[in-house]
Amino acid sequence: MNLTRTAAVFLRHFYLVRGSVARVLPLFVWVTVDMTLWGFMSRYLNKVAAPGYNFVPALLGAVLLWDFFIRVMQGVTTAFFEDVWSRNFLNIFATPLSISEYLGGLVLSSIGTSSVGLMVMLVLSTTVFGLSFFTYGVLLLPFLLVLFLFGIALGILGTSVVLRYGPAAEWFVWPIPALISPFAGVFYPLSTLPAWMRSISSVLPPSYVFESIRTILAGGSVPLEGLYRAVALAVLDVLLACAVFRWTYRYAVRTGLIARYSAESV
Amino acid sequence: MTSAGGRSGPNLHNQPSKVLAVEGLRKVYGDTVAVDTVSFTVQRNEIVGLLGPNGAGKTTTINMILSVLEPTSGTIHIEGLDLAKHRQQALERTNFAAVYAPLPGNLTVAQNLRIFGMIYGVKHLSDRIEAMLETFELKKYRDTRCGVLSSGEQTRVCLAKAVINQPTLLLLDEPTASLDPATARDIRNLIRQIAAQGTGGVLWTSHNMYEVQEVCDRVLFMSHGKILLQGDPKSLPQEYGKENLEELFISIAHEKLAMGSADGR
Repeated sequence: MNLTRTAAVFLRHFYLVRGSVARVLPLFVWVTVDMTLWGFMSRYLNKVAAPGYNFVPALLGAVLLWDFFIRVMQGVTTAFFEDVWSRNFLNIFATPLSISEYLGGLVLSSIGTSSVGLMVMLVLSTTVFGLSFFTYGVLLLPFLLVLFLFGIALGILGTSVVLRYGPAAEWFVWPIPALISPFAGVFYPLSTLPAWMRSISSVLPPSYVFESIRTILAGGSVPLEGLYRAVALAVLDVLLACAVFRWTYRYAVRTGLIARYSAESV
Repeated sequence: MTSAGGRSGPNLHNQPSKVLAVEGLRKVYGDTVAVDTVSFTVQRNEIVGLLGPNGAGKTTTINMILSVLEPTSGTIHIEGLDLAKHRQQALERTNFAAVYAPLPGNLTVAQNLRIFGMIYGVKHLSDRIEAMLETFELKKYRDTRCGVLSSGEQTRVCLAKAVINQPTLLLLDEPTASLDPATARDIRNLIRQIAAQGTGGVLWTSHNMYEVQEVCDRVLFMSHGKILLQGDPKSLPQEYGKENLEELFISIAHEKLAMGSADGR
């Protein structure tokens, strides 16, 4: 793997973001809106609900982590969409760039953009709404790791869908987090769900994160085997997503999909 | 002149003088044969024109050489490297410019050259970018987004990207299409200079027969996925009793020549 080529893919995205207000603003605006909305919602619930339970870490903290996952996923897909939107496939894939170098560049781009979003959310939630991450303890790091890996996995999977089904298929990709959220238990315990939904939750790494948060806030201890399972599932998801992308790329090269993204081949 | 299919011997790709050796290349989509068992070579310092009517299989052939399309069968060797087995090393020695593949319009000229220079592993990249801006008269557009440049300027940027890694094999798919005659002539002169200075070969597709006659050392005529004949563009028309290359082209496009005869006639 040539790191300079990976850096080139990242640099491309950096240039695009740096030179465009339309790309910079979404890094801040949506997370700011979410933090503001759920911050005040948490405050309101603290007032009207029975005393003793703090909704800020339960609700605002969960929204922050969920938003972080979404930013990571969309960081990968948006970096890929830039090549789709600028019809750059032929230029990119006719170079010595390997699939791992290309995906590595998309992940680096995502780390860059999602870090900005995370910083904004952390500043807002702690300074304005008094969210303390000490509540979660050191487990915050594995929580972020699981959500980061799962975001990368779904991002790569989303790019595979668009590579396979064409530019219009990006509309399959944007709603993916919304489709997953009912199963991930961001806002409610998984016990609320019917059995068939819980069986889906059990293979979604974020569900372990949000269950663990609620366990911590209720004063319980987080079962480590659940956390290990979440990390293992997230790693497996990344590997599976990479395999799907590789398979899709080979299919696209065999059938002429990549060539036809920019040119009429036959 | 020789028949197109009979030039390639089994050890062709091992000879260092050949920068491209295509053998038995075939691409089939369902029942459609887009490229039908094509064999040809490009020598060092040679500009080879790949000609043919729309749908002849030229771009499909170029896409296979660029590794964005997998052949159904056949082999491609770039400087002796089997593209199927050594994709990265082979593509490090290759580059291309095509009218249908402009560089991202939302990046500046210098940004595009830097990104592709990094991808192709160009050493002393900043110096090389400066040299490209100078050669292609792009200095004043260095910080201009490619999308707002004229067709001629965009073509020059694409060509700058195409030679930034000093490729052994340069593929040009209709590089002067949609350019006015004066700009097209400038571009042709530039490419000829580059080809003469370097150690690589050029595979060039064009529908402009005047251009092909002026620039190419050898031409390959393709129709219905096959190479029907090849030779010197200056003498080929007379060999087939035609006044010029354009007449020969039209005659091939209408399939008036016998296809696949033993010696290409």
